[in-house]
Amino acid sequence: MTVATENSYLKGAKGRNTRGLLRLVILCTIAAAAVSSRLFSVIRFESIIHEFDPWFNFRATKYLVANGFYDFWDWFDDRTWHPLGRVTGGTLYPGLMVTSGAIYHALRALTLPVDIRNICVLLAPGFSGLTAFATYLFTNEMSSTPSAGLLAAIFMGIAPGYISRSVAGSYDNEAIAIFLLVFTFYLWIKAIKLGSAFWGALCALFYGYMVSAWGGYVFITNLIPLHVFVLVCMGRFSSRVYVSYCTWYALGTLASMQIPFVGFLPIRSSEHMSALGVFGLLQLIGFVEFVRSGVPSKQFQTLLRGFVVLVFSVALGGLVLLTVSGVIAPWTGRFYSLWDTGYAKIHIPIIASVSEHQPTAWPAFFFDLNLLIWLFPAGVYLCFLKLSDEQVFVVVYSILASYFSGVMVRLMLTLTPIVCVTAAMVLSTILETYLSIKSPKSDAESVAIEAEASKKKNVATKGGLRSMRNPVVGIYTMVSKSTVVGAMTLYLLVFVLHCTWVTSNAYSSPSVVLASKLPDGSQHIIDDYREAYQWLRQNTKEDAKIMSWWDYGYQIGGMADRPTLVDNNTWNNTHIATVGKAMSSSEEVSYPIMRQHEVDYVLVVFGGLLGYSGDDINKFLWMVRIAEGIWPEEVKERDFFTARGEYKVDHEATDTMKNSLMYKMSYYNYNGLFPPGQAQDRVRGAQLPTVGPVLNSIEEAYTSENWIIRIYKVKDLDNVGREHGAAASFERGNKKKKATKKRGPKVLRVE
Amino acid sequence: MAGKRNARDVTPSPPINKSGTSTPTTPAAAVNSVTSKSKDANLSANEVAVAMWDNYVKATPQRTKLIDVFMAFLVVVGVLQFVYCVIVGNYPFNAFLSGFSATVGQFVLTASLRIQTNAENKAEFKSISPERAFADFVFGSLILHFFCVNFIN
Repeated sequence: MTVATENSYLKGAKGRNTRGLLRLVILCTIAAAAVSSRLFSVIRFESIIHEFDPWFNFRATKYLVANGFYDFWDWFDDRTWHPLGRVTGGTLYPGLMVTSGAIYHALRALTLPVDIRNICVLLAPGFSGLTAFATYLFTNEMSSTPSAGLLAAIFMGIAPGYISRSVAGSYDNEAIAIFLLVFTFYLWIKAIKLGSAFWGALCALFYGYMVSAWGGYVFITNLIPLHVFVLVCMGRFSSRVYVSYCTWYALGTLASMQIPFVGFLPIRSSEHMSALGVFGLLQLIGFVEFVRSGVPSKQFQTLLRGFVVLVFSVALGGLVLLTVSGVIAPWTGRFYSLWDTGYAKIHIPIIASVSEHQPTAWPAFFFDLNLLIWLFPAGVYLCFLKLSDEQVFVVVYSILASYFSGVMVRLMLTLTPIVCVTAAMVLSTILETYLSIKSPKSDAESVAIEAEASKKKNVATKGGLRSMRNPVVGIYTMVSKSTVVGAMTLYLLVFVLHCTWVTSNAYSSPSVVLASKLPDGSQHIIDDYREAYQWLRQNTKEDAKIMSWWDYGYQIGGMADRPTLVDNNTWNNTHIATVGKAMSSSEEVSYPIMRQHEVDYVLVVFGGLLGYSGDDINKFLWMVRIAEGIWPEEVKERDFFTARGEYKVDHEATDTMKNSLMYKMSYYNYNGLFPPGQAQDRVRGAQLPTVGPVLNSIEEAYTSENWIIRIYKVKDLDNVGREHGAAASFERGNKKKKATKKRGPKVLRVE
Repeated sequence: MAGKRNARDVTPSPPINKSGTSTPTTPAAAVNSVTSKSKDANLSANEVAVAMWDNYVKATPQRTKLIDVFMAFLVVVGVLQFVYCVIVGNYPFNAFLSGFSATVGQFVLTASLRIQTNAENKAEFKSISPERAFADFVFGSLILHFFCVNFIN
């Protein structure tokens, strides 16, 4: 820990101890603040897993804890993607589950048997404390002022941009990934500063851990080579760069290939080619430098330089050729859509349909990073002023991360660490300037010195104002000092208030239970999700297949513990499109589809009664679009709009809309809740048609208290072999009074 | 034991190297003029290579030469593996990758060791003594071999 301060009060060996203790206390307090500001949802509601994705992670962790590591590693999950199943061991990042499994067993060994659910819920707050510490270390490498690290740590601890992904209960990959990201960067900076193979190897190890935890490791894989490349382009190649980068790349790539999900990707895919290219480039440069040191000759140097350029362009050309010819896989859609922002919307609707893949609006930056966002550019500027190797890293990181966070809301998460670091650097510089007790020169001394100086100067320069003769450089008055420091303190206090407010109001609500306020201010909790999932769990067969839209796949698997057709891991687009087609077609079309996939129950989410806007009718158009991508002849988006191009559910709705399975399931029996003719959809604000839809091939099995979740049972085939429509209409007594004697146009019976 | 001997070797090496670097200044100048003349005359690169080789043999300490021999060996092994892969095909791709990247990684680590222990780079690596560099080398190699053995299946 390098402590280089000229604080007059805390000097000497004793002062160093005091400072160390102070630091320890501050860091512990920061960690405590980081943890406790994430507990709003646990205190207000209960200790459960939020959101959708964490339910799968939770389920996988339970499997790991119950069956051991090796079973988890080759886990074939036959309760998802029903006819297909999922090779879970090879299609997930195991870092999160293994970490919490390890914590679970460690606590067991310490005779503290904690339930695995509580470990999963509280993992993210725990790691946020570590993230704050890692940011402290990282910033200390960047800045010479001792306070910058502490400021960065507290910023990172409570910035809402990071809290949004790491509140208690959000058991997602990002929970540990941000810690690993920052810590990997710290180790990298350390490695490049010292030129040490040891730190490079440590960096590679943590990089490997990061790869096992989050798909966002690609960010590191591209950032570190970019940093090195920029250094090389600036003419700052040194043997330190060579040692640290080559150690990192050689070990880190091997480490990343140990994860089954990643496999050969570091060799084969385009996202990893920059790292490989820079690795090759560094070998060349290293060799050339070696030769050049042996033979110092002007012509030889130019020759070598030409050689480097030639080889580099040949390598680049070879890379392009390999990519075009298909040996190296091109960019995957998810990453490609970061460059071509219109790509996903046109070609892969399933990527565009996720709400967090949208571009970020301006208010989001201020909302998530309050005062940090306007200190951020100043910090980058400060790095430009003192441009050493690690400052280049900050500059590269900030440019890259701000671009990505502008393209996608979700990537705000990778921007937050660097914003905290740079803002802390600026703020500590300001505070250091204005908070130093001593003035640049004490008055009496300066008068004496200036008198001497002015004597000499007066000889030389006689003219000009008297005040201009001895320009006073420095901040003297207590007023200016205290004003600036006071203003900064005020900003910091407001920042804390803002963070707490945002965390409490925006980011601490579990999406599993919906909370609403009654008029008297008391809280009313709508718990339809768990009610319905519990019903499924208790009242259906163990292997009853549930069909729902993919959003709810993980929750059904986690809470209801029933096999599903599709889930949030959208690896098979066609299968999702099949479900979309079943939902958006008429019953005659969708019944065979459901029979083919052995569906027993269909689950829809309907928010019309309560005004819950995230329901399936609002997501319906995405189902149609995804289905249309596969079967353009059978499902057409145009058919779901009225003649004027409106998306309606009331009596103006098109026939295709009214006959679609989704519409029927959502509004089935809904009219009965209201007086005749006054059925109202509170989300769409529409008056529903007086005659509700009729269901023939499925029957209502369960509807939750507030009608949010509706579950339908798929009927068996008719006993006598009739169509379901005919059978149901016979049951309803729709037979015509006068039997027609006319013979229908029958076809020949083929035996 | 080997590390001890290496460490003892380190101390005498700088004077050798210093004399090596100081004495070649005159030959280097000679080489310089030779090469520039040869470039002007568009003469062979052969001479340059010979001069470089002589310079290398003279100026490099024994221990660094040993490292260089090891690196050359690694290059040969890597090239052989690659040629075999090209001829026969890459069916157990992970086996090829782990073998090949073991040579590449070991080469890079050894190059790092060579750079760090080189007396000319003292200024660059102030905090790293040759013993420390060797320990780092061992650490990195152990990790590398663990991963390679794990990956080869």
